[in-house]
Amino acid sequence: MEDAEEILLTDDQKIDIAKWFLLNSPPGEIQYVSKDLISVLNDENVYQRAASEAFPLYNKSHIICLQFPNRSGEVLVSSFSELSEDEYLDPRTAQVGKVDHVRQVCTQMRPARDDELPSQYIEEYRCALDAEISKYVGEAYPKGVCSVYCTSGKDAEDCGSDFELVAVITATRNSPQNFCNGSWSSIWNIEFKDELQTVEVRGKMQVTAHYFEEGNVQLDAKHECRDSTMFQSPDDSADSLINMIRHHETEYLNSLQTSYSNLPDSTFKELRRKLPVTRTLFPWHNTLQFSLTRDLSKELGIEK
Amino acid sequence: MLMMEAAMGLMRRMPPKHTETALSALLSLLPDHSSDLLSQIDQPLQVLCDVDNAKEFILCEYNRDADSYRSPWSNKYHPPLEEGMYPSTELRKLEIEANEIFTVYRDQYYEGGISSVYLWEEDDNEGFVACFLIKKDGSKYAHGKRGYLHEGGWDAIHVIQVGPEAQGMAHYCLTSTIMLSLTTNGDTSGTFNLSGSIRRQMKADLCVEDGHLCNMGKMIEELEGKLRNQLDQVYFGKTKEMVCTLRPPSELLLPTALPESRKP
Repeated sequence: MEDAEEILLTDDQKIDIAKWFLLNSPPGEIQYVSKDLISVLNDENVYQRAASEAFPLYNKSHIICLQFPNRSGEVLVSSFSELSEDEYLDPRTAQVGKVDHVRQVCTQMRPARDDELPSQYIEEYRCALDAEISKYVGEAYPKGVCSVYCTSGKDAEDCGSDFELVAVITATRNSPQNFCNGSWSSIWNIEFKDELQTVEVRGKMQVTAHYFEEGNVQLDAKHECRDSTMFQSPDDSADSLINMIRHHETEYLNSLQTSYSNLPDSTFKELRRKLPVTRTLFPWHNTLQFSLTRDLSKELGIEK
Repeated sequence: MLMMEAAMGLMRRMPPKHTETALSALLSLLPDHSSDLLSQIDQPLQVLCDVDNAKEFILCEYNRDADSYRSPWSNKYHPPLEEGMYPSTELRKLEIEANEIFTVYRDQYYEGGISSVYLWEEDDNEGFVACFLIKKDGSKYAHGKRGYLHEGGWDAIHVIQVGPEAQGMAHYCLTSTIMLSLTTNGDTSGTFNLSGSIRRQMKADLCVEDGHLCNMGKMIEELEGKLRNQLDQVYFGKTKEMVCTLRPPSELLLPTALPESRKP
């Protein structure tokens, strides 16, 4: 009767497993994963609990973009725009969207309160950078969206204080009918340091792509960089920052292209060659020679 | 059956580097489907060292009995097993030969790596089944001779069913799976990882005059080459296309400038 003592999972264990699947969904695929997961779990209660914990984390880490209910704009779901678990700020329109995480829709909107927005002084910097980044994203990313947040020091009224802006750029492409999904995201942390009159910049870029027609192949590429510039007026700062961001992102795209072009002749060859070292197909008809030479080298003690 | 479809649906979306975790998660959620899951989902290959020969061999379902694995080099189970399953004397002879030849094949295509071949009788007909396995660690510190890859692994699993001989012919059905992962790493380029798996089938009726090994080998070489090309051109190509769709290279953004300047 040993079989009867099969170890059964507790609900908590099932929830952990379900969350693992949801959180590991490729960009744009969590709804498909949850559909399959519901069948596999066959337990509505367990699924609901896992989904309510996993979706907010997934939506924020993948920075999903949701339309406002009246289609007047969109809100990015991220830890930078998060006011509460289900409220996210769009600084450009000064509106707050209420988000249904599991359905991945914005259900309501309201104007942001004054205390949720940066001071006039900070807003000048944020707004100037947002304008430049929007222009750049419009040119460089066919489906790109972007936003600039103040993540620290938002109440500073005048020069003499430090503050931090975060610029977020994302572009996603979902083409499930072609078995292909992908996303690009860059996050730029920009620290304005008053005392040193410098601006320190840290960039994180991540690109993923998933192709799954009769297979499952995924690209996962990331890169981090640092740079700095001078603390200037809002417009001049925005100008030098956008040049810097454009430069780093273009460089990174070029390095991705290089990685791809190195595949056939170097990197992929390191795993398996296209042709044998002999440059001719393997002589299956004449394999006796191998056994003979092996025996001979064994006898002569020259086996490697 | 719906349950299995959903499970396979999940496997086709999870990051390939997490295949083992995903499989063990599914096994614990669906204990009643464990044999279906294990036969339909390929796992990354593991190796053991044959103590008699100081040579590594590859582990799979086909050389496993209880918790022991049979080495193709010494024909012994590791750890030792009292009454393990063994191929017939005749089949073992072919297995020894197949392992020897496949070692040379593997060396010529992979310049390193480990290979193992296992043969066994089919219960319900007079044919047999063979499993050809290759594992290559292409990382800098392993068999990656040229040092291009920070990390890289390639697992090939070829399972071939050979039908009974009839009028000098036999039916061969080959199922091949490739699982791979390659990572490059650089100061200016960051981390670049491509990973995935594909599985294909190939069937043929061939004259047994040339020998089973020759027939099986040719089919494996052909399908393995096709899979490698598909990964390179179709699968990697599609992900590259996606990157260029997300952010087109700058020359694509200025389509109007070129035709003008090209005019003679």
